[in-house]
Amino acid sequence: MSWFGSRSGGRGTFARGIHPPANKQFSSGLPIEVVDSPERVVLPLQQNVGGPCTPVVKARQKVARDELIGKGEAFVSSALHAPVAGTAERATMITLANGRHMQAIAIHAEGPQVEGQDLWDDIFGGHWPKDCVGIYDPQQIHEAILDAGIVGLGGAAFPTHVKINPNTRKPIHTLVVNGCECEPYLTADDQLMRQAPDAIIAGAFLAGYAVGAERIVIGVEDNKPEAIASLRAASGRTGIEVAVLKTKYPQGSEKHLIKAVVDREVPLGGLPADVGVAIGNVGTMAAVARAVVRSRPLTHRVVCVTGAGVVRPKNLLVPMGISVGELIDWCGGLTADAARIVSGGPMMGFAVADRATPVTKGTSGITVLVKSDLEIEASGPCVRCGRCVDVCPMGLVPTKLAQAARTGNLSLARRHNILACFECGACAYSCPAKIPLVQWIRAGKALAARHQGR
Amino acid sequence: MTDDTLQIQPAPQPSGPVTDVAPSPHLADSGQTTRAMMVDVLVALIPVVCSALYFFRWHAVRQMAICLAVCLAAEAVFSAMRGRRPPLADGSAAVTGIILALSLPATAPWYAAAIGSLVAIGIGKSIFGGLGMNLFNPAMVGRAFVMISFAGALGAAGYQDPQSQIDIMTRATPLTAFQQSGVVASLADLFRGSTNGSLGETSALACLIGGLYLCLRRTAAWRIPASMLAAATVIALLDTGLSPHGWTVLHHLFGGALLFGAFFIATDPVSSPLTHRGQMIFGAGIGAWVMLIRIFSGYPEGVMFAVLLMNGFTPLINRWTIPTPFGGRLNR
Ligand code: SF4
Ligand code: SF4
Repeated sequence: MSWFGSRSGGRGTFARGIHPPANKQFSSGLPIEVVDSPERVVLPLQQNVGGPCTPVVKARQKVARDELIGKGEAFVSSALHAPVAGTAERATMITLANGRHMQAIAIHAEGPQVEGQDLWDDIFGGHWPKDCVGIYDPQQIHEAILDAGIVGLGGAAFPTHVKINPNTRKPIHTLVVNGCECEPYLTADDQLMRQAPDAIIAGAFLAGYAVGAERIVIGVEDNKPEAIASLRAASGRTGIEVAVLKTKYPQGSEKHLIKAVVDREVPLGGLPADVGVAIGNVGTMAAVARAVVRSRPLTHRVVCVTGAGVVRPKNLLVPMGISVGELIDWCGGLTADAARIVSGGPMMGFAVADRATPVTKGTSGITVLVKSDLEIEASGPCVRCGRCVDVCPMGLVPTKLAQAARTGNLSLARRHNILACFECGACAYSCPAKIPLVQWIRAGKALAARHQGR
Repeated sequence: MTDDTLQIQPAPQPSGPVTDVAPSPHLADSGQTTRAMMVDVLVALIPVVCSALYFFRWHAVRQMAICLAVCLAAEAVFSAMRGRRPPLADGSAAVTGIILALSLPATAPWYAAAIGSLVAIGIGKSIFGGLGMNLFNPAMVGRAFVMISFAGALGAAGYQDPQSQIDIMTRATPLTAFQQSGVVASLADLFRGSTNGSLGETSALACLIGGLYLCLRRTAAWRIPASMLAAATVIALLDTGLSPHGWTVLHHLFGGALLFGAFFIATDPVSSPLTHRGQMIFGAGIGAWVMLIRIFSGYPEGVMFAVLLMNGFTPLINRWTIPTPFGGRLNR
């Protein structure tokens, strides 16, 4: 397989970055299993970056599957729907994996539910029209996405209707679809690309049409040959390209993916639209297809439960709001040496304290690490070796950022562009002195942001 | 919202393995540690140590034993005084000791080696706050101190010991011989190391083997030796081109401490710049200074001074070479 040629513009990679062990073997290639419908789902009213949604159901109210239960009010917010039929409970406060407390509506499942193969067919099965120009107009597509409550499923959970918006003033020439899944361990997107390429292609086509893109490119790392083949076969005559990218962390970061595919650098503090690109994850595209073609909301997602700490790692199709604990139990439970449950991948995921934590729209995986994964030497003084500089995909000097944070030196932090750090963790991963660089930088960013507000 | 929304759900925790929480990233490269880096340097020094032992016999053993013992002891004492557990485990004191020993002449008296070690760890490192905090290369601080204090024993003339059993020690170092009497050493001798000089510097071959290992392992930033040797080559070309005198570019590169300094001294991470551009400037600066000292000063060799000088510039270089981040600078 070769880095793709001149047509795509990019070189299939970006500067710096790291090569952590992929550890995809735990769940790679395992067909997506449909989890049994849970007795109760808990749906936080804020699933995404941006504003929370307002509940539109009352306690003890009966809700049907797919019924709207939370309405997004602000522009950057999204709607919430019931993944199961049942009765709404009183709103409660819960703690999410990222440590935020927020209101949530729980639904107690009642009556017959769509399950198993039927659920799979309902969500990803059947025929997906791949050339819908003329059937739907861009505004219609945008509204379908808005109504379906779609957010980025790659982890960032940014409301998709804001990105796939025909009304932006900036012209979009390329839609880049993110199929990198560069985090170690995770295989949910890989498996989705293998098993539901038609839905992804259909969604990409619709989204690309909505934003007026001339090109649609799906970027996949070269460690996923089956996914690449499957997408290529499904793309047919749509003109959608599949770009084979170098396997390197963080290839799936929006900015670095855009660099790899179209060779443009999103300006610091800017958006992909500034370089004429709209971008979305493969799972998001499948959700877009379902929203537009079948008028169905986003209620389920594929989650990869993996790591040496789970007995039988699996790729699962799960309803939003199911608890992390239930998913782990579905996979045979934790092993005796399980040491940390991470929502997401090990590089950027959040450790989960409470197994009742619900799966949200942004949960791409549950990675359970074992003791030996976490045996990290005590941190020592910085020996100024510059390895963190060698790997930072943003071209920063992480040790200086950490120093600025530690000493509260704001001007040093600004001089070194501390706000450009997106906390990918490549620096801390590579540091021989095992300095918690990302923790320091987070503290420094908070400090810088506080002072900027003044 | 109404009041009843503020109730916190108790967390039903099933029994089973205890899991913890911590901020991301949750993984670290276990192969990369400070100790592993130091061990790598010691491994890379093996060819150099072997050549020192081969050419200088028990003089090399004595020098290394003294420096190693005093450096380790000093490190233990000073870190205990500062209320830290002795960080001997990181191996940095051992590296300082060996490099200091290899930068001394075989003839250096025992007290020079001992005082040099004490100063290297005490003033070169501990006073600044220990590993990672020092501005100057500790081994070079120690060496500079004893060189100035015992100018007779460690100056150019001190290398020679007419009574020595070891033949090469009875001769002047190649650089001194050339500077004083225009004698040009044979390139083969310089390459092999069968000349007088500081213990570790004489064999260009040994330095190249160890140095390439360090660079390939990425323990040393290859840009430093590369730019240092490039700068030295350019100036040597100018020098030999302007006044041909038999001391060729290769003599400049293989003679004296240039290679040893390029691979083992200038590459000390703590006292060299962080950024790629900074490392190039730093290396080129050292290479240039070495050549200027050799050609224009009364000293036959200048690696030590050149390194110390550029160490002093490192914080400034770091500041000048802040890289442009991905996506350009923020408009502030
Ligand atoms: S990688 Fe760690 S030890 Fe090396 S310069 Fe960066 S912070 Fe310092
Ligand atoms: S966490 Fe920030 S500083 Fe560290 S490598 Fe990633 S972007 Fe660079």
